[in-house]
Amino acid sequence: MTTTKNSIDKSSLVPLKGLGVAVQKNGYVSSRNSCKLCAPLGASLVFKGIEGCVPLIHGSQGCATYIRRYMISHYKEPVDIASSNFSEETTVFGGSRNFITGIHNVIKQYQPKVIGIASTCLSETIGEDVPGHIRNFSESYDNPAVPMPIFINASTPSYCGSHADGFHNTVLATVKTLAKSQTASHSITILPGLVTPADIRYLKEIMTDFGLKHTLFPDYSDTLDNVYTSEYQLIPTGGTTINQIELMGDAKATIEFGSIFNKGTQRIKDQGTVQTAGEWLEASFNTPNHQMPLPIGIDATDRLMNVLSEISGKPIPEKYVKERGRLVDAYVDAHKYVFGKKALLYGEEDFVTALADWLKEVGVEPFWIKGADFETLKEKANDFKPDFLLGNSKGYYIARERKIPLVRIGFPIHDRFGATRMHQVGYRGTQEIFDRVVNALIEYKQENSPIGYKYL
Amino acid sequence: MAHILDERKGQVSVAGANVATIDCNKASLAGSVSQRACVFCGSRVVLYPIVDALHLIHGPIGCAAYTWDIRGSLSSGPELHRLSYCTDLQEKDVIFGGVKKLYEAITELIELHKPKAAFIYTTCIVGVIGDDVEQVCRTIEDEAKIPIIPVQAPGFQGSKKDGYKVACEAIFRLVGTKSKPETPAKSINILGDFNLAGELWILLDYYKRMGVHVNATITGDGRVDDIANAHNAALNVVQCSGSMNYLAKMMKDTYNIPSMRVSYFGIEDMSDALYDVARFFKDDEMMDKARELVKEEFAKLMPQLTWYKERLTGKKAAIYVGGAFKAISLVKALRLIGVETVIVGSQTGTEEDYDLIKKLCNEGTIILDDSNPVELSHFVKEKKADIFIGGVKERPIAHKIGLGFCDHNHERKEPLAGYEGMINFAKEIYATAMSPVWKFTK
Repeated sequence: MTTTKNSIDKSSLVPLKGLGVAVQKNGYVSSRNSCKLCAPLGASLVFKGIEGCVPLIHGSQGCATYIRRYMISHYKEPVDIASSNFSEETTVFGGSRNFITGIHNVIKQYQPKVIGIASTCLSETIGEDVPGHIRNFSESYDNPAVPMPIFINASTPSYCGSHADGFHNTVLATVKTLAKSQTASHSITILPGLVTPADIRYLKEIMTDFGLKHTLFPDYSDTLDNVYTSEYQLIPTGGTTINQIELMGDAKATIEFGSIFNKGTQRIKDQGTVQTAGEWLEASFNTPNHQMPLPIGIDATDRLMNVLSEISGKPIPEKYVKERGRLVDAYVDAHKYVFGKKALLYGEEDFVTALADWLKEVGVEPFWIKGADFETLKEKANDFKPDFLLGNSKGYYIARERKIPLVRIGFPIHDRFGATRMHQVGYRGTQEIFDRVVNALIEYKQENSPIGYKYL
Repeated sequence: MAHILDERKGQVSVAGANVATIDCNKASLAGSVSQRACVFCGSRVVLYPIVDALHLIHGPIGCAAYTWDIRGSLSSGPELHRLSYCTDLQEKDVIFGGVKKLYEAITELIELHKPKAAFIYTTCIVGVIGDDVEQVCRTIEDEAKIPIIPVQAPGFQGSKKDGYKVACEAIFRLVGTKSKPETPAKSINILGDFNLAGELWILLDYYKRMGVHVNATITGDGRVDDIANAHNAALNVVQCSGSMNYLAKMMKDTYNIPSMRVSYFGIEDMSDALYDVARFFKDDEMMDKARELVKEEFAKLMPQLTWYKERLTGKKAAIYVGGAFKAISLVKALRLIGVETVIVGSQTGTEEDYDLIKKLCNEGTIILDDSNPVELSHFVKEKKADIFIGGVKERPIAHKIGLGFCDHNHERKEPLAGYEGMINFAKEIYATAMSPVWKFTK
């Protein structure tokens, strides 16, 4: 089906040599080695953090498969994502039938408690009415063997924003679907954004140590970093429970990490009205919302600890006072190895801005470009001359070309093991990143030393 | 017991007892969690190894991001293919159309890289929003004087296999556009090897030792000018037939070039691939050289293979790969090292492939078309497989159940083709079967 309304009017074009075009990003119209991924990936990640949930991507088969492959290579865990598998006919006549078949088959194979639906560029462009499909399905559901799952519908067209927007918008969609006000709860809600499974475990440990009842969402610390199970769990154990999300409406407070959230690139229809999940909870249930940057570095983590201390009415536990103390001690011991160095950063904006603030804290000069692709960063690196890169695997080629270290952090890490076990937030995460950066710089110096040495 | 969806029951078969033909060649079932990708994926993987062409994806960012530098297709020269270009369509482009952006993107990238040709892939929404990509390509072709080839690959227009056809059509637009005067008479094109981990270079060495001239390699370490001259070869030698049979057919119809189907995996199929070419040229000297080569390689190989066979005999393997023709070679290769195959499946196999598999495999072997994690995890347990051979998406299925795993996908870093590939394959199977870590998973 190729209609041809959009053809170019040659008279409006400049000749090839002149190229007087509407340029963006370092003078290029094209994205050249993109830093961002598409929104349905972020949605799938959030759905993996809900207990009993199977994600279904409403679009072509490839969307689900590419995202599965991308996530499996990072998490090294099974990532089952269903697809409604659009055909040409679906695209012309609408996706209702495929949607219903798809949901039925997911229920037959997985018996999920929740099905998380992410839309795609295709289903959004043809104007699919997913809430309508869900209604139709629910009304005609008659399988007594399996209770009807709960549906969460996230609008995640890949022509709008990145995987980070998909992530935050899906957190919001889930909370909007499930959270309600019932009885006052003493729990607090923590919405950490895109962090590692190890970070999630650590954040829960911190909450517990403050004696705080808490709900962390999305919690993929088990589902995407599972133990050896000896069987293929169709839906891996773990995840934030439905009940926990429902109770968010009555929580004492919400803490959410980020600075840009889902507000970087907004749908035209939503311009200026986009809320984060924490903001929505505050507006709907008067739940006080504590927004703060991802806690990377001492200043940023102090801020989190102070808020937790205030909410819990308890002093910061000794364990974290010591973690902080050791971190300060490490800063002091190693400060000379990092001072004045220059770092090239890339990744999700919330993550990069937090890393940049941390680097300044230890005397490293951060460099990053909002919305840039890797080729742009590579070209700009010629002027900036970074000493190292800090980011995911995909910047490796730049580090290799410049013969400088890449300290791998964030998502995706496709060329190393252990990404799920890395801490990146709090004093503990900062300590790990700091040690890795310091050692990378020392190793670089050592490897490039004419004599080599074994003693600092 | 795993749930095999009713609509999929015909796609699950057993060798021996069940003689009915397997159901295949159909669209994946919605909600089945197929391991397949889409039309775009099929076209992208086939064209990807053409190293001196510009590959630009016209659509939103995802498709470009997920296919950046994904194949281990090595180049002996330019590496333009390893860059991921995209028009990164935004909401306003979806509303107002993306052709101007496309025009500007192609022209700026041609300025930047001076490629020999450009492939412009269109993804799901481009046809829907009505961008006339053909016209943009024609316009730039006139201006830039290089082939600008649209690759119409919306994901929903079929399966990965349909994407192979789209890629073949794109390649065919190049074939016959240039003639090199020096193409020797006894020359072949290699179709369907993608030079993963340098596998093509192993084959080039074999054919060179036999005195065969290799004209164009399509698409491993591929060059636009070689493909343009592909019509001057005497024979198309086709591997991975799922992806390249269609190109071979078009070249037969238009240029009367015969083709033969080969496989370079395992020593029987590898040797046949060499003998069949010598036989085609009816050249005794070439055949003698082929025999000499095989003898030489066997002498190096057999003692090592015997060593592995003694240690691996009795192990059971499950195979789930993209193309069924490769699966057939794998069954034979595993047999050489004493490993019995208990499950064979593929994403894109044909009836003939599956019939051949049924004849080849022992009774009771499970045969699967377009399978999914529910079925695969069930059958590997039921058949007590020790080793799984598959790609990235199959790896966690194997590992979570405690099976060894061998990567036989397009990201692999070790060559598995040819005689030295057979040794690498045996080594990898041995390493995964014999690791001491399994004592902790029992």
